[in-house]
Amino acid sequence: MMPKQIMSGDEAIARGAYEAGCSVAAAYPGTPSTEILENMALYKNEIYCQWACNEKVATEIACGASIGGARSLAAMKHVGMNVATDPIFSIGYAGVNGGMVIVTADDPGCHSSQNEQDNRNYAPHAKIAMLEPSDSQECKDYTAMAFELSERFDTPILLRVTTRVCHSKSVVELKERQQVEVKPYRRQTEKYAMLPATARRRHLMREQLLQKMEEYSNQCPLNRFEWNEGSKIGVISSGISYQHSREVFGDSASYLKLGLTYPLPGKMIEEFGRRCETIYVVEENDPYLENAVRALGIPCIGKEKIPICGELNAQIVREALLNAPPPDAYQVDTKAPVRPPVLCAGCPHRGFFYTISKNLSKIVPVGDIGCYSLGVDAPFNGFDFSICMGAGLSAIIGLSKALELQGDSRKALGMLGDSTFFHSGITSLIDIVTSEANVIACILDNSITAMTGHQDNPGTTKNLMGLPSPAIDLDMVVRSTGIAKDRVRIVNPLDVTAMLAAIADGIAVKGPFVIITKSPCILIKEVARANAGKHCEIDAEKCKSCKMCVKIACPSLAYIDNKATIVDPVNCNACGLCLQMCKFDAIKKVEVSI
Amino acid sequence: MSEVKCILLVGVGGQGTILMSKILSIGLMEMGFDVKMSEIHGMSQRGGSVTTQIKYGDKIFAPNIGAGEADVIVAFEKAEALRTLPYLKKGGRIIMDDREIFPTSVLTGVQEYPHNTVELLKAAGPKVTVVPAAEIAQKLGNIRVQNIVLLGALIQELDLPDVNWKRLVSGNVPQKALELNLVAFEKGRSIAMCV
Repeated sequence: MMPKQIMSGDEAIARGAYEAGCSVAAAYPGTPSTEILENMALYKNEIYCQWACNEKVATEIACGASIGGARSLAAMKHVGMNVATDPIFSIGYAGVNGGMVIVTADDPGCHSSQNEQDNRNYAPHAKIAMLEPSDSQECKDYTAMAFELSERFDTPILLRVTTRVCHSKSVVELKERQQVEVKPYRRQTEKYAMLPATARRRHLMREQLLQKMEEYSNQCPLNRFEWNEGSKIGVISSGISYQHSREVFGDSASYLKLGLTYPLPGKMIEEFGRRCETIYVVEENDPYLENAVRALGIPCIGKEKIPICGELNAQIVREALLNAPPPDAYQVDTKAPVRPPVLCAGCPHRGFFYTISKNLSKIVPVGDIGCYSLGVDAPFNGFDFSICMGAGLSAIIGLSKALELQGDSRKALGMLGDSTFFHSGITSLIDIVTSEANVIACILDNSITAMTGHQDNPGTTKNLMGLPSPAIDLDMVVRSTGIAKDRVRIVNPLDVTAMLAAIADGIAVKGPFVIITKSPCILIKEVARANAGKHCEIDAEKCKSCKMCVKIACPSLAYIDNKATIVDPVNCNACGLCLQMCKFDAIKKVEVSI
Repeated sequence: MSEVKCILLVGVGGQGTILMSKILSIGLMEMGFDVKMSEIHGMSQRGGSVTTQIKYGDKIFAPNIGAGEADVIVAFEKAEALRTLPYLKKGGRIIMDDREIFPTSVLTGVQEYPHNTVELLKAAGPKVTVVPAAEIAQKLGNIRVQNIVLLGALIQELDLPDVNWKRLVSGNVPQKALELNLVAFEKGRSIAMCV
């Protein structure tokens, strides 16, 4: 018997790629997809893996590997796929040499995303086949099968998973790695050089291929009926929604469990429609399956009952389709205080946001995607809007024009982190400089991709496979745009005086101004080790209860019984921000040996 | 077919709920159960509320636990037990640390912390076992082994047949803190035996 292991969906996808002989993998980190490449690195002797600058680059790395003959994989979160669609739509026409899998990890419920877009819609749009696993075993099996289907049908395969599949762990049976030879590379411009003449021909071939694949979809073992004789209800479902459906209906319904969800198996759906009296289509977010079922002329119940917004669970499905009340539960009147995620104690972004909050009458701050998105709320109210990766620096160009047009003298200020800058902020900065936009661009360099759990990026000195890599000098990248030296400030964000001065300088001049804040994330292992044992102490005698220190909203510092206190010295690392708030010299840094 | 059991682990990001659930899941798998564990991480690791859900039985479909479905809630923090009470099944039980971690709203004086949570929960009806795991861990030398103390307590409370839990703890904790973790596990077991 093969060994069994508890694996998350992400781990299982990495394992599936390993077993299927994948040899090149690339990704940009993004919840819930990050752990796919992190786990791929476990097989670094067999698979070359790398963090790419962004999802487009990752996909193009995989495209090149595939055309070159190697089995390749690119992984991304749903919004990352928006960045990557340019190569995806073209490779859809071109097809593959070595099998190619693109993983999109969607986030119904927006657990850690700016939207809950349903990337199943991309499969027909980009004309590439799509598989949807519903648990970890399927994640592994479908990934392995995706490589085979990719080569068999000459198409990249979109493997679509969701947060609940990526982050749930279940039992997986392991297999050995299959030895797959890299296919010989040869020049084939008529297939891969996507010029208009090629594209027209390839488009036609792609449409024919999709018809062939639809035929196959009706025989594909990943699409199956589960008949429960005597039941009149039929449920059509895929991915995690299938698991919810099984939980709700048990043996009281028949199922059409779909694994290959583009092209859909029209004949199977029609047969299911004929044999069931009532058809429920259970799916999260968009009516992707439902529209296809209806297009075949089969009446069904779907989004009229099942919410289009948010993540599903068995209870929601039960209430929606069976009108079942929620089970009886215990109740108390007292509510627990809200506990949203916060900037960590010692986080350098806290210093940045405190100084932003002091300038809100003179600037309009714009945010981006990263830990610093936590600065939006009170007490800092650190930015007004955020859109997507990179927009923190681009949107301020347009915003500055709009403010000027309405006579608003405030200066637009944008912010993004080091990893986000490398991802898609460089082009934004170039446009700021060349358009001479009247803005302040802030790059918050904490030397890591922090929000997704500390992945290396071009600015760090190590790569995903643990090898040393040359670090890109962020400051030099900024300077290389040609921006005048006196319009760039490099400051420690935890130094309030220096930060305030830098912002004041930025407001004082008309035109582009750049502030690079430099202070590493305090959770980086080496940084945490260096800070071990350091914390602040507050002298209760000297504390005059002015509450100034509480304004920085540090989770290690509380105001209890009319005195400020360090409540969590373990997580306090003596960043010193509270010290700078205190006018009475009541706070001091201490160090205990550990 | 054996009944499906649901365990909810709740706490504050950084307390080690995920490691505890990992060890628990492996143990349950070794006992022959189908196991699904579900958690959502990402932003919530930054001091926000965290929840890990474990379901086990002959065959598990949906990985997540709905309101009124949990057989046991293990709370690493007091207010989090209060927050997740609606998920407890009638007749279910709570194993909780009475440690208090103040969220920002309390730190800045905007909201009150429910210090009387244990009394409130007991009055509501379920069986509540308080295990001062953080305090025990602190006394043992590192507050971070709070999760392993709670694991020991849970194993004892659920009376899970003998998987070699100590081997699983050993295989999944940082090796330099191995001894400490094993002591923490035993301590959790013995405390649960007494209460």
